[in-house]
Amino acid sequence: MNIVVLVKQVPDSGAERSLAGDGWSVDRSGGTNVINEMDEYAIEEALRLKDETGAQVTLLTVGPDHAVDSIRKALSMGPDAAVHVSDEAVAGSDALGTAKVIAAALGTLEYDLILSGAESTDGGVQVLPHLLAELLDIAALTGARKVTVEDGGLLVERQTEDGYEVLRASGKAIVSVWDTINTPRYPSLKGIMAAKRKPVTTLTLADLGVDAATVGRSGAATTVLSAEPRPARGAGVKVADNGDGGDQLVAYLTAEKFV
Amino acid sequence: MTTDRLLPTDEAAAILDLAADIADRELAPRAEAAEENGEFPREALRTLGRAGLLGLPYPEEHGGGGQPYEVYLQVLETLAQRWLTVAEAVSVHTLACYPLAEYGAPEQRERWLPDMLGGELLGGYCLTEPAGGSDAAALTTKAVRDGGDFVISGTKAWITHAGVADFYQVFARTGGPGAAGISCVLAEAATPGINPQKPERKMGLNASPTAIIAFDDARVPTERLIGDEGTGFRIAMSALDAGRLGIAACAVGLAQAACDYATAYAKDREQFGTRIIDFQGVGFMLADMATQITAARQIVLHAARLKDAGRPYSVIAAQAKLFATDMAMKVTTDAVQVLGGYGYVRDHPVERYMREAKVLQIVEGTNQIQRMVIARAMGK
Repeated sequence: MNIVVLVKQVPDSGAERSLAGDGWSVDRSGGTNVINEMDEYAIEEALRLKDETGAQVTLLTVGPDHAVDSIRKALSMGPDAAVHVSDEAVAGSDALGTAKVIAAALGTLEYDLILSGAESTDGGVQVLPHLLAELLDIAALTGARKVTVEDGGLLVERQTEDGYEVLRASGKAIVSVWDTINTPRYPSLKGIMAAKRKPVTTLTLADLGVDAATVGRSGAATTVLSAEPRPARGAGVKVADNGDGGDQLVAYLTAEKFV
Repeated sequence: MTTDRLLPTDEAAAILDLAADIADRELAPRAEAAEENGEFPREALRTLGRAGLLGLPYPEEHGGGGQPYEVYLQVLETLAQRWLTVAEAVSVHTLACYPLAEYGAPEQRERWLPDMLGGELLGGYCLTEPAGGSDAAALTTKAVRDGGDFVISGTKAWITHAGVADFYQVFARTGGPGAAGISCVLAEAATPGINPQKPERKMGLNASPTAIIAFDDARVPTERLIGDEGTGFRIAMSALDAGRLGIAACAVGLAQAACDYATAYAKDREQFGTRIIDFQGVGFMLADMATQITAARQIVLHAARLKDAGRPYSVIAAQAKLFATDMAMKVTTDAVQVLGGYGYVRDHPVERYMREAKVLQIVEGTNQIQRMVIARAMGK
């Protein structure tokens, strides 16, 4: 079995994030870029299936040159190889543009199963797996909390708000996963050393035969109308307790939809 | 502040990232409660071991990481920043593996070292005795040949990992008095007659057990003699040179943790309507702390690079241990001062850091012994 895991390098959600000079996109030039957290669960799931079935695991990422740092880190967890699509013209792509590039890159790879995180911590639109399934004409089994390989197919439990749904697919499929599915392994020293020797293929849009005009900011089907930096933290609300402190707290928490 | 490091290789950066990642997720969240309750983090050490971080400075052919001391020590510093007990455990384990790795016969190394470096086992180092640690050449624990065994009897004191270690590197007298009568034996912890006593009730590092180990005619096969008979003292001192660098790196990490905590507090805490870091009295104190940490880190790394280059490093290792641990004592004390009354209570970690720093001035050769090493070299 050949598994491709979609991996995205994102700004560290635990660190300070800022808007780039254009005023509407995320600044990705800083040093605090990490593997999108949910993608680590997708990698772990692929490695679990690799341990179980001997599958080949290939990582696929679209991103600037420094995304290779995240690729090496992800490879040190255990995948076999990686493909990195890096092209200036991709910058500013919306989800559809990115999906077109990924679909073209997948065309250069053998795969039976595509795994991805259910969402990224920077864009967070959660549509990429669905767009890819449409472009590639394969099954989309999204939001998985459990994946089982059966004879000639896949069995997936999809996490819902109040339980789970059981999905089955035969043939090629894309499965996106939530962080309830497993506990990602740590890389190891051996993995770090081995990662240095694993093949990372770098491709451009020209290599993939993708017309640069159909992706990037100009080719985007959606438009960001405005973006604002997060407002500075306010002073907060002080509740004076004159016997009704509890009620005031409940009222506040209810109004803010915390309870 | 993030420490800007010049690392020798890309994989060194990846190893440090890995250490920080594990330390942030597995160590830091558990440190406070485990220190309070005296629970040794054995599982956390296995996690580090499985990641390959328990044998970093030893050859890859024996299951080690093949990393220079320069990298290993920065990993220790990274761990110490989150939890000193664990960093010290890694340092002591590395020390306990040193005699076999450096002085063992090839067949001994092949036989035992892979397991010792493999991450599942933990070592202890039995040199010090109740009557003294500084004058190690006077040790009295005996190892007497009897058939194919050494029969070891005596008492070792202040043994880190007593009762939790899987093997002990034991220094015992096989010959006459003085340094030339001492030999080095690698004993399995499960050997009958090796009897760890009740853990000491310490001022700090309470998650790490320290105890007397009674050797009651413990029989260890003579094939477990490391190096030639009578060379044990030289092996012990050589191991301690390397071990001192480990403790120095731990001190840098601990001090960095204290400085970071005090700085964050001073940026948040206001008096007279002003952040206290903006008062010169506090700001300058923090500036001195940061500067001393940087200086200590550079001595440690300089010593490590000399060792990695195969140059003599005994004296610089003593200087690194002396400077870094005295520095950590001062920096952690000042961190308590920056927090004022809040620094003196257990709701904040700085009082624990201060208690922990003290032991670093004592272990792996007291700082008086370090000064002696340095002064003797100067007097030659």
